[in-house]
Amino acid sequence: MNNSIVIRLPSKKRLNAQVPLSSNSFLITPGSVITEDADYMRGHGTYTNDDEEDHKLYASVAGVVERINKLVCVRALKTRYNGEVGDIVVGRIKEVQQKRWKVETNSRLDSVLHLSSVNLPGGELRRRSAADELTMREYLKEGDLISAEVQQVHTDGMLSLHTRSLKYGKLGQGCCVTVSPSLIKRRKNHVHNLSCGVTIILANNGYIWINSTAVDGTKTTGDGGFVVDTEPVQMDDREAICRVRNCILCLSRSSVMLYDTSVLYAYEASLQYQVKELLLDEIATEIVDQTLSLLERESSGNG
Amino acid sequence: MAKAILGDSEKWFIVHGVQDDFRTDGRSCESYRHIELETGILSNTHGSARIRLGSSELLVGVKVELGTPKPQRINEGWLEFHVDCSPNAHPVFQGRGGKELSDNICSMLTRVYRNNTVMDLEALGVIPQKHCWVVHVDVLILECGGNLIDAASIAVKASLYNTGIPNISLTDGDEGEVEINLPDDPEDVKHLKTINCPVLVTLSKIGNRHIVDATDEEECCCSASLVMGVTRRGHTVGVRKMGGGSLDPESLTEMIDSGKKIGRQLHISLDKLLKIEAGMSEDIKQTGYL
Repeated sequence: MNNSIVIRLPSKKRLNAQVPLSSNSFLITPGSVITEDADYMRGHGTYTNDDEEDHKLYASVAGVVERINKLVCVRALKTRYNGEVGDIVVGRIKEVQQKRWKVETNSRLDSVLHLSSVNLPGGELRRRSAADELTMREYLKEGDLISAEVQQVHTDGMLSLHTRSLKYGKLGQGCCVTVSPSLIKRRKNHVHNLSCGVTIILANNGYIWINSTAVDGTKTTGDGGFVVDTEPVQMDDREAICRVRNCILCLSRSSVMLYDTSVLYAYEASLQYQVKELLLDEIATEIVDQTLSLLERESSGNG
Repeated sequence: MAKAILGDSEKWFIVHGVQDDFRTDGRSCESYRHIELETGILSNTHGSARIRLGSSELLVGVKVELGTPKPQRINEGWLEFHVDCSPNAHPVFQGRGGKELSDNICSMLTRVYRNNTVMDLEALGVIPQKHCWVVHVDVLILECGGNLIDAASIAVKASLYNTGIPNISLTDGDEGEVEINLPDDPEDVKHLKTINCPVLVTLSKIGNRHIVDATDEEECCCSASLVMGVTRRGHTVGVRKMGGGSLDPESLTEMIDSGKKIGRQLHISLDKLLKIEAGMSEDIKQTGYL
Protein backbone atom coordinates (compact mmCIF):
# COMPACT_ATOMS: atom_id res chain seq x y z
CA MET A 1 0.00 0.00 0.00
CA ASN A 2 1.50 3.30 -1.05
CA ASN A 3 1.91 5.50 2.02
CA SER A 4 1.40 9.06 0.87
CA ILE A 5 1.57 10.68 4.30
CA VAL A 6 4.99 12.13 5.01
CA ILE A 7 6.00 13.41 8.44
CA ARG A 8 9.49 14.82 8.71
CA LEU A 9 11.77 16.87 10.89
CA PRO A 10 11.67 20.58 10.09
CA SER A 11 14.16 21.67 7.47
CA LYS A 12 16.87 23.90 8.86
CA LYS A 13 17.66 25.66 5.60
CA ARG A 14 15.58 28.79 5.19
CA LEU A 15 14.39 29.64 1.69
CA ASN A 16 16.55 32.66 0.96
CA ALA A 17 16.11 34.63 -2.21
CA GLN A 18 19.29 34.59 -4.23
CA VAL A 19 18.10 37.71 -6.00
CA PRO A 20 21.13 39.94 -6.52
CA LEU A 21 20.64 43.37 -4.97
CA SER A 22 20.95 46.23 -7.41
CA SER A 23 23.64 48.73 -6.49
CA ASN A 24 21.13 51.56 -6.08
CA SER A 25 19.03 50.02 -3.33
CA PHE A 26 19.73 50.99 0.22
CA LEU A 27 17.96 48.80 2.76
CA ILE A 28 17.37 50.16 6.22
CA THR A 29 15.87 48.95 9.50
CA PRO A 30 13.71 50.89 11.98
CA GLY A 31 15.67 53.15 14.27
CA SER A 32 18.76 53.48 12.10
CA VAL A 33 20.00 56.85 11.00
CA ILE A 34 19.38 57.68 7.36
CA THR A 35 21.29 60.95 7.29
CA GLU A 36 22.62 63.55 9.69
CA ASP A 37 22.16 66.43 7.28
CA ALA A 38 19.49 68.89 8.45
CA ASP A 39 18.58 69.97 4.90
CA TYR A 40 16.43 66.98 4.07
CA MET A 41 12.66 67.00 4.41
CA ARG A 42 10.99 64.12 6.18
CA GLY A 43 8.77 61.88 4.06
CA HIS A 44 6.77 58.75 4.91
CA GLY A 45 8.54 56.24 7.09
CA THR A 46 10.93 58.68 8.75
CA TYR A 47 11.05 60.69 11.97
CA THR A 48 13.38 62.95 13.91
CA ASN A 49 13.98 63.73 17.57
CA ASP A 50 13.00 67.38 17.58
CA ASP A 51 14.14 68.24 21.08
CA GLU A 52 17.80 67.47 20.50
CA GLU A 53 20.27 69.70 18.80
CA ASP A 54 21.28 67.28 16.09
CA HIS A 55 18.80 66.79 13.31
CA LYS A 56 19.33 63.15 12.57
CA LEU A 57 16.76 61.52 10.38
CA TYR A 58 15.71 58.04 11.56
CA ALA A 59 13.78 55.38 9.71
CA SER A 60 10.56 54.14 11.32
CA VAL A 61 9.95 51.14 9.04
CA ALA A 62 12.10 48.46 7.46
CA GLY A 63 12.51 49.06 3.77
CA VAL A 64 14.20 50.86 0.93
CA VAL A 65 15.28 54.49 1.19
CA GLU A 66 13.99 56.64 -1.64
CA ARG A 67 15.29 60.12 -2.20
CA ILE A 68 13.70 62.64 -4.55
CA ASN A 69 15.76 65.86 -4.46
CA LYS A 70 15.46 66.97 -0.85
CA LEU A 71 12.67 64.62 0.19
CA VAL A 72 13.69 61.40 1.91
CA CYS A 73 11.17 58.64 2.48
CA VAL A 74 11.36 54.95 3.32
CA ARG A 75 9.19 52.55 1.36
CA ALA A 76 8.37 49.57 3.53
CA LEU A 77 8.75 46.10 2.03
CA LYS A 78 6.04 44.40 4.06
CA THR A 79 3.06 46.66 4.10
CA ARG A 80 -0.63 46.90 3.42
CA TYR A 81 -1.63 47.88 -0.07
CA ASN A 82 -1.42 51.62 -0.77
CA GLY A 83 -3.69 52.31 -3.69
CA GLU A 84 -3.05 54.59 -6.61
CA VAL A 85 -5.45 55.76 -9.31
CA GLY A 86 -5.53 53.34 -12.22
CA ASP A 87 -4.41 50.27 -10.30
CA ILE A 88 -6.22 47.05 -10.89
CA VAL A 89 -7.38 45.33 -7.71
CA VAL A 90 -9.10 42.08 -6.83
CA GLY A 91 -11.29 42.44 -3.78
CA ARG A 92 -13.84 40.54 -1.75
CA ILE A 93 -17.23 42.03 -0.92
CA LYS A 94 -17.40 42.51 2.81
CA GLU A 95 -20.65 44.42 3.32
CA VAL A 96 -23.66 45.53 1.32
CA GLN A 97 -24.64 49.06 2.34
CA GLN A 98 -27.27 51.47 1.12
CA LYS A 99 -25.93 52.53 -2.26
CA ARG A 100 -22.54 50.95 -2.18
CA TRP A 101 -20.54 47.85 -1.40
CA LYS A 102 -17.59 47.69 1.00
CA VAL A 103 -14.76 45.74 -0.55
CA GLU A 104 -11.85 44.22 1.31
CA THR A 105 -8.64 44.81 -0.66
CA ASN A 106 -5.78 44.17 1.81
CA SER A 107 -5.38 47.90 2.48
CA ARG A 108 -5.66 49.87 5.70
CA LEU A 109 -9.28 50.79 5.09
CA ASP A 110 -11.98 48.92 3.23
CA SER A 111 -12.48 50.17 -0.30
CA VAL A 112 -15.83 51.35 -1.52
CA LEU A 113 -17.68 50.42 -4.73
CA HIS A 114 -20.63 52.69 -5.47
CA LEU A 115 -23.75 51.42 -7.16
CA SER A 116 -23.19 54.05 -9.85
CA SER A 117 -19.73 52.65 -10.58
CA VAL A 118 -20.85 49.22 -11.71
CA ASN A 119 -22.30 47.96 -14.98
CA LEU A 120 -25.87 46.82 -14.49
CA PRO A 121 -27.68 44.57 -16.96
CA GLY A 122 -29.61 46.56 -19.51
CA GLY A 123 -26.88 48.78 -20.81
CA GLU A 124 -24.39 51.18 -19.37
CA LEU A 125 -26.44 54.37 -19.37
CA ARG A 126 -29.40 53.07 -17.42
CA ARG A 127 -30.54 55.30 -14.59
CA ARG A 128 -30.21 53.74 -11.16
CA SER A 129 -33.68 53.27 -9.71
CA ALA A 130 -34.84 52.54 -6.20
CA ALA A 131 -35.42 48.93 -7.25
CA ASP A 132 -31.73 48.64 -8.12
CA GLU A 133 -30.84 49.75 -4.64
CA LEU A 134 -32.99 47.08 -3.04
CA THR A 135 -31.69 44.28 -5.25
CA MET A 136 -28.00 45.06 -4.81
CA ARG A 137 -27.46 41.75 -3.12
CA GLU A 138 -28.55 39.90 -6.24
CA TYR A 139 -25.62 41.34 -8.15
CA LEU A 140 -22.87 41.21 -5.58
CA LYS A 141 -23.18 39.69 -2.14
CA GLU A 142 -20.84 39.11 0.79
CA GLY A 143 -17.94 36.87 -0.11
CA ASP A 144 -17.96 37.47 -3.89
CA LEU A 145 -14.66 38.25 -5.56
CA ILE A 146 -14.51 41.12 -8.02
CA SER A 147 -11.85 42.69 -10.19
CA ALA A 148 -11.99 46.47 -10.34
CA GLU A 149 -9.94 49.55 -11.02
CA VAL A 150 -9.12 52.29 -8.55
CA GLN A 151 -11.00 55.43 -9.53
CA GLN A 152 -10.08 57.74 -6.69
CA VAL A 153 -7.97 57.78 -3.54
CA HIS A 154 -9.45 59.76 -0.65
CA THR A 155 -7.33 61.77 1.77
CA ASP A 156 -7.53 59.09 4.45
CA GLY A 157 -6.32 56.42 2.04
CA MET A 158 -9.70 54.85 1.29
CA LEU A 159 -10.07 53.72 -2.31
CA SER A 160 -13.05 54.22 -4.59
CA LEU A 161 -13.33 51.43 -7.12
CA HIS A 162 -15.21 51.07 -10.38
CA THR A 163 -16.02 48.16 -12.67
CA ARG A 164 -17.23 50.21 -15.56
CA SER A 165 -15.51 48.16 -18.21
CA LEU A 166 -16.32 44.70 -19.45
CA LYS A 167 -12.94 43.40 -18.44
CA TYR A 168 -13.80 43.99 -14.76
CA GLY A 169 -16.61 42.57 -12.70
CA LYS A 170 -17.49 39.50 -10.67
CA LEU A 171 -14.98 36.70 -11.00
CA GLY A 172 -16.09 33.19 -11.91
CA GLN A 173 -14.64 29.80 -11.14
CA GLY A 174 -10.99 29.85 -10.29
CA CYS A 175 -8.47 30.21 -7.57
CA CYS A 176 -7.30 33.22 -5.52
CA VAL A 177 -3.79 33.41 -4.07
CA THR A 178 -2.75 36.04 -1.53
CA VAL A 179 0.81 37.41 -1.61
CA SER A 180 2.41 40.57 -0.26
CA PRO A 181 1.56 43.64 -2.40
CA SER A 182 5.22 44.59 -2.67
CA LEU A 183 5.95 41.47 -4.71
CA ILE A 184 3.75 42.50 -7.61
CA LYS A 185 5.79 44.33 -10.20
CA ARG A 186 4.13 47.43 -11.64
CA ARG A 187 3.54 46.86 -15.33
CA LYS A 188 1.37 48.33 -18.06
CA ASN A 189 -0.76 45.23 -18.18
CA HIS A 190 -1.79 43.10 -15.23
CA VAL A 191 -4.13 40.63 -16.90
CA HIS A 192 -2.14 37.96 -18.71
CA ASN A 193 -3.23 35.03 -20.84
CA LEU A 194 -0.49 32.49 -20.26
CA SER A 195 0.33 29.99 -22.97
CA CYS A 196 -0.79 27.08 -20.77
CA GLY A 197 -4.47 28.03 -21.14
CA VAL A 198 -4.67 30.00 -17.91
CA THR A 199 -5.52 33.66 -17.37
CA ILE A 200 -4.00 35.37 -14.37
CA ILE A 201 -4.81 38.76 -12.90
CA LEU A 202 -1.80 39.99 -10.92
CA ALA A 203 -3.69 42.62 -8.97
CA ASN A 204 -1.64 45.37 -7.36
CA ASN A 205 -3.07 44.66 -3.93
CA GLY A 206 -1.53 41.21 -3.73
CA TYR A 207 -4.60 39.12 -4.56
CA ILE A 208 -3.81 37.03 -7.62
CA TRP A 209 -6.72 35.50 -9.51
CA ILE A 210 -6.19 32.43 -11.67
CA ASN A 211 -8.82 31.00 -13.99
CA SER A 212 -8.95 29.19 -17.28
CA THR A 213 -8.87 31.18 -20.53
CA ALA A 214 -11.68 29.27 -22.20
CA VAL A 215 -14.33 30.66 -19.86
CA ASP A 216 -13.29 34.25 -20.41
CA GLY A 217 -14.45 34.21 -24.02
CA THR A 218 -18.06 34.48 -22.89
CA LYS A 219 -17.53 37.70 -20.97
CA THR A 220 -18.34 39.97 -23.89
CA THR A 221 -22.04 39.06 -23.99
CA GLY A 222 -22.90 42.47 -22.60
CA ASP A 223 -24.76 41.31 -19.53
CA GLY A 224 -22.46 43.26 -17.26
CA GLY A 225 -20.39 40.27 -16.28
CA PHE A 226 -22.63 39.25 -13.41
CA VAL A 227 -23.82 35.90 -14.66
CA VAL A 228 -21.48 33.25 -13.34
CA ASP A 229 -20.85 29.94 -15.01
CA THR A 230 -21.41 26.86 -12.85
CA GLU A 231 -20.15 24.29 -15.38
CA PRO A 232 -17.26 22.24 -13.99
CA VAL A 233 -13.83 23.28 -15.20
CA GLN A 234 -12.15 20.72 -17.48
CA MET A 235 -9.46 18.49 -15.95
CA ASP A 236 -6.46 19.79 -17.92
CA ASP A 237 -7.50 23.39 -17.26
CA ARG A 238 -7.87 22.58 -13.58
CA GLU A 239 -4.43 21.01 -13.50
CA ALA A 240 -2.90 24.07 -15.17
CA ILE A 241 -4.66 26.39 -12.70
CA CYS A 242 -3.45 24.42 -9.68
CA ARG A 243 0.08 24.21 -11.07
CA VAL A 244 0.24 27.98 -11.59
CA ARG A 245 -1.13 28.50 -8.08
CA ASN A 246 1.56 26.31 -6.52
CA CYS A 247 4.29 28.01 -8.60
CA ILE A 248 3.15 31.44 -7.44
CA LEU A 249 3.23 30.24 -3.83
CA CYS A 250 6.80 28.93 -4.29
CA LEU A 251 7.92 32.23 -5.80
CA SER A 252 6.24 34.35 -3.11
CA ARG A 253 7.80 32.32 -0.31
CA SER A 254 11.23 33.12 -1.75
CA SER A 255 10.30 36.80 -2.26
CA VAL A 256 10.72 36.75 -6.03
CA MET A 257 9.00 39.61 -7.90
CA LEU A 258 5.88 38.38 -9.65
CA TYR A 259 5.14 39.27 -13.23
CA ASP A 260 4.10 37.31 -16.30
CA THR A 261 7.60 36.21 -17.28
CA SER A 262 8.61 34.96 -13.85
CA VAL A 263 5.36 33.04 -13.44
CA LEU A 264 5.74 31.50 -16.90
CA TYR A 265 9.35 30.44 -16.27
CA ALA A 266 8.35 28.92 -12.92
CA TYR A 267 5.51 27.07 -14.64
CA GLU A 268 7.86 25.64 -17.27
CA ALA A 269 10.38 24.63 -14.61
CA SER A 270 7.65 22.86 -12.66
CA LEU A 271 6.39 20.71 -15.55
CA GLN A 272 8.74 17.87 -14.65
CA TYR A 273 7.11 17.44 -11.23
CA GLN A 274 3.61 16.52 -10.17
CA VAL A 275 1.41 19.39 -9.00
CA LYS A 276 1.20 18.22 -5.39
CA GLU A 277 5.00 17.77 -5.16
CA LEU A 278 5.48 21.50 -5.71
CA LEU A 279 4.53 22.12 -2.09
CA LEU A 280 7.66 20.38 -0.80
CA ASP A 281 10.57 22.60 0.25
CA GLU A 282 13.31 21.00 -1.87
CA ILE A 283 11.31 21.08 -5.08
CA ALA A 284 10.16 24.64 -4.40
CA THR A 285 13.77 25.77 -3.95
CA GLU A 286 14.81 24.05 -7.17
CA ILE A 287 12.04 25.69 -9.17
CA VAL A 288 12.89 29.13 -7.74
CA ASP A 289 16.57 28.63 -8.56
CA GLN A 290 15.78 27.65 -12.14
CA THR A 291 13.42 30.62 -12.55
CA LEU A 292 15.99 33.06 -11.18
CA SER A 293 18.74 31.73 -13.43
CA LEU A 294 16.47 32.01 -16.49
CA LEU A 295 15.52 35.57 -15.55
CA GLU A 296 19.15 36.53 -14.98
CA ARG A 297 20.15 35.07 -18.31
CA GLU A 298 17.41 37.05 -20.01
CA SER A 299 18.33 40.34 -18.33
CA SER A 300 22.04 39.89 -19.02
CA GLY A 301 21.22 38.96 -22.60
CA ASN A 302 19.20 42.16 -23.03
CA GLY A 303 21.49 44.48 -21.11
CA MET B 1 -13.87 27.62 13.82
CA ALA B 2 -12.48 30.76 12.20
CA LYS B 3 -14.21 30.40 8.84
CA ALA B 4 -12.84 31.88 5.66
CA ILE B 5 -15.48 33.66 3.60
CA LEU B 6 -15.66 32.44 0.02
CA GLY B 7 -17.70 33.46 -2.98
CA ASP B 8 -20.11 31.03 -4.61
CA SER B 9 -18.05 30.40 -7.73
CA GLU B 10 -14.92 29.71 -5.68
CA LYS B 11 -16.91 27.14 -3.72
CA TRP B 12 -18.07 25.53 -6.97
CA PHE B 13 -14.47 25.32 -8.13
CA ILE B 14 -13.49 23.52 -4.92
CA VAL B 15 -16.48 21.16 -4.97
CA HIS B 16 -15.90 20.16 -8.61
CA GLY B 17 -12.22 19.69 -7.86
CA VAL B 18 -13.00 17.31 -5.02
CA GLN B 19 -15.32 15.34 -7.29
CA ASP B 20 -12.47 14.97 -9.79
CA ASP B 21 -10.08 13.93 -6.99
CA PHE B 22 -7.88 16.94 -7.75
CA ARG B 23 -7.95 19.59 -5.03
CA THR B 24 -6.82 23.21 -5.32
CA ASP B 25 -3.24 22.41 -4.37
CA GLY B 26 -3.07 19.28 -6.51
CA ARG B 27 -3.58 16.78 -3.68
CA SER B 28 -5.88 13.79 -3.90
CA CYS B 29 -8.81 13.44 -1.53
CA GLU B 30 -6.88 11.27 0.90
CA SER B 31 -3.50 12.92 1.19
CA TYR B 32 -2.17 15.22 3.86
CA ARG B 33 -0.16 18.37 3.41
CA HIS B 34 3.50 18.44 4.31
CA ILE B 35 3.90 17.75 8.05
CA GLU B 36 6.92 18.87 10.08
CA LEU B 37 7.30 17.65 13.63
CA GLU B 38 9.88 18.23 16.31
CA THR B 39 9.86 17.04 19.92
CA GLY B 40 11.64 18.10 23.08
CA ILE B 41 11.99 21.77 22.22
CA LEU B 42 10.73 23.28 25.48
CA SER B 43 13.24 22.69 28.23
CA ASN B 44 10.93 23.71 31.08
CA THR B 45 8.38 20.98 30.36
CA HIS B 46 8.49 17.25 30.85
CA GLY B 47 7.65 16.68 27.21
CA SER B 48 6.89 18.89 24.25
CA ALA B 49 6.30 18.82 20.52
CA ARG B 50 5.84 21.33 17.75
CA ILE B 51 3.99 20.49 14.58
CA ARG B 52 3.54 22.34 11.32
CA LEU B 53 0.82 20.92 9.06
CA GLY B 54 0.72 23.00 5.88
CA SER B 55 0.09 26.45 7.32
CA SER B 56 -1.26 25.32 10.71
CA GLU B 57 1.20 25.47 13.56
CA LEU B 58 0.70 24.08 17.07
CA LEU B 59 2.85 23.71 20.14
CA VAL B 60 2.14 21.07 22.80
CA GLY B 61 3.71 21.01 26.25
CA VAL B 62 3.33 18.25 28.84
CA LYS B 63 3.88 18.77 32.55
CA VAL B 64 3.31 16.16 35.22
CA GLU B 65 2.48 16.78 38.84
CA LEU B 66 1.51 14.71 41.84
CA GLY B 67 -2.17 14.75 42.64
CA THR B 68 -4.89 12.77 44.36
CA PRO B 69 -6.47 9.88 42.45
CA LYS B 70 -10.12 10.02 41.54
CA PRO B 71 -12.39 8.16 43.99
CA GLN B 72 -13.61 5.62 41.40
CA ARG B 73 -10.10 4.80 40.20
CA ILE B 74 -7.81 4.80 43.20
CA ASN B 75 -4.91 3.03 41.48
CA GLU B 76 -4.74 5.20 38.43
CA GLY B 77 -3.55 8.65 37.42
CA TRP B 78 -5.17 10.65 34.66
CA LEU B 79 -4.53 13.00 31.75
CA GLU B 80 -5.85 16.52 31.63
CA PHE B 81 -6.07 18.40 28.33
CA HIS B 82 -6.19 22.12 27.78
CA VAL B 83 -6.30 23.91 24.45
CA ASP B 84 -5.44 27.58 24.07
CA CYS B 85 -6.11 29.51 20.86
CA SER B 86 -3.58 32.30 20.61
CA PRO B 87 -4.82 35.57 19.03
CA ASN B 88 -1.69 35.34 16.85
CA ALA B 89 -3.46 32.63 14.92
CA HIS B 90 -6.55 34.66 14.09
CA PRO B 91 -7.88 38.00 15.36
CA VAL B 92 -11.19 36.26 16.15
CA PHE B 93 -9.47 34.42 19.01
CA GLN B 94 -9.08 37.57 21.10
CA GLY B 95 -10.63 37.41 24.51
CA ARG B 96 -13.11 34.54 24.61
CA GLY B 97 -13.37 34.20 20.84
CA GLY B 98 -11.45 30.95 20.68
CA LYS B 99 -13.40 29.25 23.43
CA GLU B 100 -15.68 27.20 21.16
CA LEU B 101 -12.83 25.86 19.07
CA SER B 102 -10.70 25.03 22.08
CA ASP B 103 -13.60 23.31 23.85
CA ASN B 104 -14.21 21.18 20.76
CA ILE B 105 -10.63 20.02 20.43
CA CYS B 106 -10.26 19.52 24.18
CA SER B 107 -13.39 17.39 24.51
CA MET B 108 -12.42 15.24 21.53
CA LEU B 109 -8.94 14.60 22.95
CA THR B 110 -10.35 13.83 26.41
CA ARG B 111 -12.84 11.40 24.93
CA VAL B 112 -10.34 9.36 22.96
CA TYR B 113 -7.79 9.24 25.76
CA ARG B 114 -10.28 8.19 28.41
CA ASN B 115 -10.16 4.63 27.10
CA ASN B 116 -8.17 2.15 29.21
CA THR B 117 -6.66 0.39 26.21
CA VAL B 118 -5.21 3.64 24.92
CA MET B 119 -3.01 4.51 27.84
CA ASP B 120 -1.95 2.42 30.80
CA LEU B 121 -3.28 4.68 33.56
CA GLU B 122 -2.20 2.31 36.32
CA ALA B 123 1.40 3.11 35.46
CA LEU B 124 0.59 6.65 36.54
CA GLY B 125 -0.45 5.59 40.00
CA VAL B 126 2.01 6.14 42.87
CA ILE B 127 0.32 5.34 46.18
CA PRO B 128 -3.23 4.00 45.93
CA GLN B 129 -5.80 6.48 47.18
CA LYS B 130 -3.18 9.00 48.18
CA HIS B 131 -0.97 10.05 45.26
CA CYS B 132 -0.84 9.65 41.55
CA TRP B 133 0.64 11.38 38.53
CA VAL B 134 -1.57 13.89 36.79
CA VAL B 135 -0.39 14.57 33.24
CA HIS B 136 -1.31 18.06 32.03
CA VAL B 137 -1.21 18.37 28.26
CA ASP B 138 -1.42 21.96 26.99
CA VAL B 139 -1.98 22.65 23.33
CA LEU B 140 -1.26 26.13 21.99
CA ILE B 141 -2.53 27.04 18.54
CA LEU B 142 -0.12 29.47 16.92
CA GLU B 143 -1.32 29.55 13.34
CA CYS B 144 -4.69 28.59 11.90
CA GLY B 145 -4.54 26.93 8.50
CA GLY B 146 -7.26 24.32 8.69
CA ASN B 147 -7.37 20.83 10.19
CA LEU B 148 -6.34 21.80 13.70
CA ILE B 149 -7.83 18.69 15.32
CA ASP B 150 -5.59 16.25 13.42
CA ALA B 151 -2.51 18.36 14.00
CA ALA B 152 -3.28 18.61 17.73
CA SER B 153 -3.65 14.84 18.08
CA ILE B 154 -0.39 14.06 16.23
CA ALA B 155 1.50 16.60 18.34
CA VAL B 156 -0.09 15.26 21.54
CA LYS B 157 1.04 11.71 20.73
CA ALA B 158 4.54 12.94 19.91
CA SER B 159 4.80 14.98 23.10
CA LEU B 160 3.56 12.06 25.24
CA TYR B 161 6.19 9.88 23.59
CA ASN B 162 8.75 12.51 24.52
CA THR B 163 7.49 12.92 28.12
CA GLY B 164 9.72 11.79 30.92
CA ILE B 165 8.17 11.25 34.36
CA PRO B 166 10.70 11.47 37.18
CA ASN B 167 11.60 8.10 38.65
CA ILE B 168 10.44 8.51 42.21
CA SER B 169 11.33 6.17 45.02
CA LEU B 170 9.13 5.43 48.00
CA THR B 171 10.61 5.13 51.46
CA ASP B 172 8.99 4.67 54.85
CA GLY B 173 8.94 7.92 56.72
CA ASP B 174 7.79 8.91 60.21
CA GLU B 175 4.44 7.86 61.65
CA GLY B 176 3.91 5.17 59.03
CA GLU B 177 3.67 7.75 56.24
CA VAL B 178 5.33 6.85 52.98
CA GLU B 179 7.79 9.47 51.70
CA ILE B 180 8.21 10.25 48.06
CA ASN B 181 11.77 11.02 46.94
CA LEU B 182 12.54 12.72 43.68
CA PRO B 183 15.72 11.68 41.88
CA ASP B 184 18.68 14.09 41.80
CA ASP B 185 19.44 13.47 38.16
CA PRO B 186 16.94 15.25 35.89
CA GLU B 187 17.63 12.65 33.21
CA ASP B 188 16.40 9.84 35.46
CA VAL B 189 12.99 9.48 33.94
CA LYS B 190 10.63 6.80 32.83
CA HIS B 191 8.73 7.16 29.59
CA LEU B 192 5.06 6.56 28.99
CA LYS B 193 3.96 3.74 26.76
CA THR B 194 2.36 5.51 23.84
CA ILE B 195 2.13 2.55 21.52
CA ASN B 196 -1.67 2.58 21.63
CA CYS B 197 -2.23 6.33 21.65
CA PRO B 198 -4.69 7.35 18.97
CA VAL B 199 -4.57 10.06 16.35
CA LEU B 200 -7.67 11.95 15.33
CA VAL B 201 -8.56 11.92 11.64
CA THR B 202 -11.04 14.49 10.36
CA LEU B 203 -12.99 13.51 7.26
CA SER B 204 -14.95 16.38 5.72
CA LYS B 205 -17.81 15.71 3.35
CA ILE B 206 -17.80 17.94 0.29
CA GLY B 207 -20.39 17.20 -2.38
CA ASN B 208 -20.52 13.44 -2.75
CA ARG B 209 -16.99 12.67 -1.63
CA HIS B 210 -15.02 13.10 1.54
CA ILE B 211 -11.60 14.62 1.99
CA VAL B 212 -8.91 14.46 4.61
CA ASP B 213 -6.86 17.41 5.86
CA ALA B 214 -9.11 20.22 4.70
CA THR B 215 -7.64 23.71 4.37
CA ASP B 216 -9.55 26.78 5.62
CA GLU B 217 -11.23 27.27 2.23
CA GLU B 218 -12.23 23.62 1.95
CA GLU B 219 -13.65 23.64 5.47
CA CYS B 220 -15.87 26.49 4.35
CA CYS B 221 -17.42 24.29 1.63
CA CYS B 222 -18.00 21.22 3.76
CA SER B 223 -21.41 20.61 5.25
CA ALA B 224 -20.54 17.89 7.73
CA SER B 225 -17.41 16.23 9.01
CA LEU B 226 -16.52 13.16 10.98
CA VAL B 227 -13.72 13.13 13.55
CA MET B 228 -12.50 9.69 14.56
CA GLY B 229 -9.78 8.49 16.87
CA VAL B 230 -7.75 5.67 15.32
CA THR B 231 -5.06 3.60 17.01
CA ARG B 232 -1.98 2.08 15.42
CA ARG B 233 -3.77 -1.18 14.69
CA GLY B 234 -6.63 0.60 12.98
CA HIS B 235 -9.14 0.35 15.82
CA THR B 236 -11.59 3.18 16.35
CA VAL B 237 -11.66 4.65 19.83
CA GLY B 238 -14.05 7.54 19.37
CA VAL B 239 -16.21 9.07 16.67
CA ARG B 240 -17.94 12.41 16.56
CA LYS B 241 -19.90 14.13 13.82
CA MET B 242 -19.47 17.87 13.48
CA GLY B 243 -21.24 20.38 11.33
CA GLY B 244 -24.86 20.98 10.44
CA GLY B 245 -25.15 18.84 7.30
CA SER B 246 -26.34 15.25 7.09
CA LEU B 247 -24.43 12.06 6.35
CA ASP B 248 -26.20 9.07 4.91
CA PRO B 249 -25.34 5.59 6.23
CA GLU B 250 -23.41 4.33 3.17
CA SER B 251 -21.14 7.34 3.09
CA LEU B 252 -20.72 7.00 6.85
CA THR B 253 -19.30 3.47 6.59
CA GLU B 254 -17.15 4.54 3.63
CA MET B 255 -15.74 7.44 5.63
CA ILE B 256 -15.01 5.29 8.67
CA ASP B 257 -13.19 2.71 6.55
CA SER B 258 -11.04 5.30 4.86
CA GLY B 259 -10.43 7.00 8.21
CA LYS B 260 -9.06 3.75 9.63
CA LYS B 261 -6.77 3.28 6.64
CA ILE B 262 -5.47 6.82 6.85
CA GLY B 263 -5.04 6.60 10.62
CA ARG B 264 -2.86 3.52 10.20
CA GLN B 265 -0.70 5.32 7.64
CA LEU B 266 -0.34 8.32 9.94
CA HIS B 267 0.81 6.09 12.79
CA ILE B 268 3.41 4.36 10.61
CA SER B 269 4.92 7.67 9.50
CA LEU B 270 4.76 9.18 12.99
CA ASP B 271 6.32 6.19 14.73
CA LYS B 272 9.12 6.09 12.16
CA LEU B 273 9.93 9.75 12.73
CA LEU B 274 9.80 9.49 16.53
CA LYS B 275 12.23 6.55 16.44
CA ILE B 276 14.62 8.45 14.18
CA GLU B 277 14.48 11.51 16.40
CA ALA B 278 15.02 9.52 19.58
CA GLY B 279 18.07 7.89 18.01
CA MET B 280 19.60 11.19 16.92
CA SER B 281 22.61 12.33 18.92
CA GLU B 282 22.38 15.27 21.31
CA ASP B 283 24.86 17.30 19.25
CA ILE B 284 22.44 17.91 16.41
CA LYS B 285 20.80 21.23 17.14
CA GLN B 286 17.09 21.55 16.91
CA THR B 287 15.40 24.02 14.63
CA GLY B 288 12.99 25.31 17.25
CA TYR B 289 11.75 28.80 16.57
CA LEU B 290 14.83 30.67 15.47
